[in-house]
Parts: sequence; structure tokens; C-alpha cells
Amino acid sequence: MFDYTFHWRAAYKALPDMLAGAWVTFETAALSMVFGVIIALLLTLMRQGRNPVLRGFAATWISIARNTPSLFQIYILYFGLGSFGLHVSSWFALLAGITFNNAGYLAENFRGGLKAVPDTQLRAARSLGMSAAQAYRLIVVPQLLRIVFYPLTNQMVWAVLMTSLGVIVGLNNDLTGVTQDYNVKTFRTFEFFALAAVLYYLIAKAIVAVARILSWRLFRY
Amino acid sequence: MIEIDNVHKSFGELDVIKGVSLRVNKGEVVSIIGGSGSGKSTLLMCINGLESIKSGSIRVDGTEVHAPGTDINKLRQKIGIVFQQWNAFPHLTVLENVMLAPRKVLGRSKQDAEEMAVKQLTHVGLADKLKVFPGKLSGGQQQRMAIARALAMSPDYMLFDEATSALDPQLVGEVLDTMRLLAEEGMTMVLVTHEIRFARDVSDRVAFFRNGLVHEIGTPDQVIGNPQKPETIDFLKSIN
Repeated sequence: MFDYTFHWRAAYKALPDMLAGAWVTFETAALSMVFGVIIALLLTLMRQGRNPVLRGFAATWISIARNTPSLFQIYILYFGLGSFGLHVSSWFALLAGITFNNAGYLAENFRGGLKAVPDTQLRAARSLGMSAAQAYRLIVVPQLLRIVFYPLTNQMVWAVLMTSLGVIVGLNNDLTGVTQDYNVKTFRTFEFFALAAVLYYLIAKAIVAVARILSWRLFRY
Repeated sequence: MIEIDNVHKSFGELDVIKGVSLRVNKGEVVSIIGGSGSGKSTLLMCINGLESIKSGSIRVDGTEVHAPGTDINKLRQKIGIVFQQWNAFPHLTVLENVMLAPRKVLGRSKQDAEEMAVKQLTHVGLADKLKVFPGKLSGGQQQRMAIARALAMSPDYMLFDEATSALDPQLVGEVLDTMRLLAEEGMTMVLVTHEIRFARDVSDRVAFFRNGLVHEIGTPDQVIGNPQKPETIDFLKSIN
């Protein structure tokens, strides 16, 4: 009943290609985090602000990003925009989709983090003659960074795993794309995807490890 | 000189200060006593513009605190304040807490700021805690650090908002000693306090606040030693 013979040699031979794919995966995730953090900060500011249009825009973004499947978010960006005549590359659709998702989740984290830094810290900073901008930059943000650091790490791992969705919009040079290409050619599904899973696992673990080392250096208190 | 003229302040519907006038001269120590909710802490926050006022005026050295054109950050450089909840910056060491504002606000060099910070921290008895994070200090030590942090800006005025109210009883003494030292050195101070004996010792004048108004004011011997109004007598009895 179990007469499948494993062929790991084929998978090992594909390893260099898959590692190149893993790099694309990591790069895409890292980029989506950089943009995600910037947009999340803007969304957080918009939501704190007085302008009802901006507040509504931010609330809608966060709400949609967190309550719809990330698969759909990428799909709509690729095929949905395509049907309006706006054609973007597979890679761009993936990057934009994950960035959209990251920004929504991170904005929510930042809001919680801001609440966790007491108002009295701002007050004490202002009482020493600091401008509002200085007080945020020197007192509030450093404390906020520590509070959101682990959620940020989680989101980075999540972003790496989400890049595997690129295959549904035709991306073929990231880790999943490369793996899928080999799978289609050889039908060694188990071997290739098991190897790819190991690589995803290692990337995720490496991110957590680097984050831990970073947090030792950054947060001395 | 701090000149407070017919100041009104409300939080929404609630009037907390209902026309207070008070003058604090250079070198003077004025204590404000009174029950909670009498508006004394709020008044302190209004003096350096951390709270807005509804009407009236507050002038510090002739500068209108609440006028729209006033550079409030500049004005705050000469008004130090110490809060009930000390508000140490937890992500900075004791030394960095004290150095930060002189460097970033006054633009002092790192060396100058450090020199000043060490001097002030030695002054309050924390010379051996420079590299420690505030989380490792007792409440009394954190409060003394907060005093050093305010003093490092070389302020002309110091405001104390119930500086010892949140401390364990055995730690109150060390903070009061630091404040006493400051008063003896001629610092102009406004204290909101529940430490009546201390207020009597260090103050030039004592103001008793009640329902958002100065109810009785005078020398410590008058207001605390020989109060005239029945509410003042009741208040002093209630806390003894």
C-alpha cells in the first residue's frame, strides 16, 4: 500500500535554485516590512488626528487588511487592477499585497503601543522645555519601539510565510515559485515541498534569533 | 516673579479654579495646602502651561504664559517641575535622564551636560547611581533623580506637585531634605504639599486652598500656627 520511493537526489540538485528563490522570498518580505512600518506609522498618525477623512481612510485600511484573507488581497491587486487596465508585475502585486496586510496589522500594534506609554511621560518631557516633536522622538518612540518589537518580529515571520502566495499570481522566482516549477516538471511533490518547508522554517527561525540578539543590544532596561 | 491674576480653570462642566490671584516673589517659598480637589495641583500645572486656563492671566517674569505668541518651550526652561509620580524616563540611565534636556533643549555639549548632571545628582545624593536604570531605584531615589533632572536646566523657579505623596513613609524624609536644601539655597519655590510641618518649616508664606479659591493666606505662623477661618482650622485638624 505504500510503494512510493523517495528521490531526494533531485531535490538536492535543485537546492542552489531554491536557495536563490529563498533570497528573493526574504528580500520581498523585508521590503514589505520596511514599507509596512512606514505606512503603519502614517496610519497611526491619521487615526490619532482630527481630520475625519484621514481617520476614516486609516480605519478602513486597517479593518480590511485584518479581516480579509491575504490571498484575496494579493489576487485583487493583480487580477482586479488588471481588469481596470492597470497591469502590474506578479512580484509587485505580491509586495503590495503583503505591504497592505503588514501596514494594517502593524498600525493596530502601534496604537496599542502608544496607549502603553503613559501620558505623564510626554508631560514630563514637555515640562523640561522639549518641543512636542522632541518629546515624541526622544521619549515616546524609544519606549514604543520596545513594546512593539516582538509583534514586529512576528509580523516579519508572517510576511515571509505570506510571500508563498505569490505563486497564485504567477510569481516563479521566489522559494515557492521555484519549488512549484520543479514540482510541475518532476512530480516529486513531497521532496521539493518538504525541502522548501525546511528552508522557510530556517528563515523564520533566523529572523527570531536575530531579533533576540538585537533586542539585547537595543533594550538595556 | 510669578503673578497669578484672577485665574479661572474648568475641566468641562467642572470649575476647579474660580478666580485665584497669587504672587510669588523671587527667592520666596510658597506652600499651597488644602484638600484634594481644591485646585492646587491644577494651578501648578497652569503656571508652566501644562494645563490651559479659561480666563485671567499668569505671568512669569513678565511673560504671559498663556498668550498665543509665547514661546512656551523657552519659558519652561526656567520653570522646573517635580511631579507626584516622579515620571523617570525608564529607557535612560539616571545620568542620561538628567543630561537629556540640557543637551537637546539648551544645546549644551555632551561634556558640559554630563558635568552638570553629575553635579546635580551628587547634590541629591545619587552620585553612585549614575549608570543605573530608574527601574532599579526606590521611589525616593527616583524622585530625587527627578529633582536633579529639573535642576540641571538651571531653572529660576521650582514647582513641586505633592512630591512626596506617592512615596512610602520611610522615603519621604530624604526627598524633603533635598527640597529643604534647595529652599535654603534661595530657590524660588511653589510647593503643593500635605506635609504641614515641612510647609511650616520652609515656607515664607502658606496659602490654604478651598473650592478653587485661596481661602486663607499668610505666614506659616499665621495660617498654620494661628488660623483664623473655621475651614482652615477644620482642615488642619483633619490631617493631624
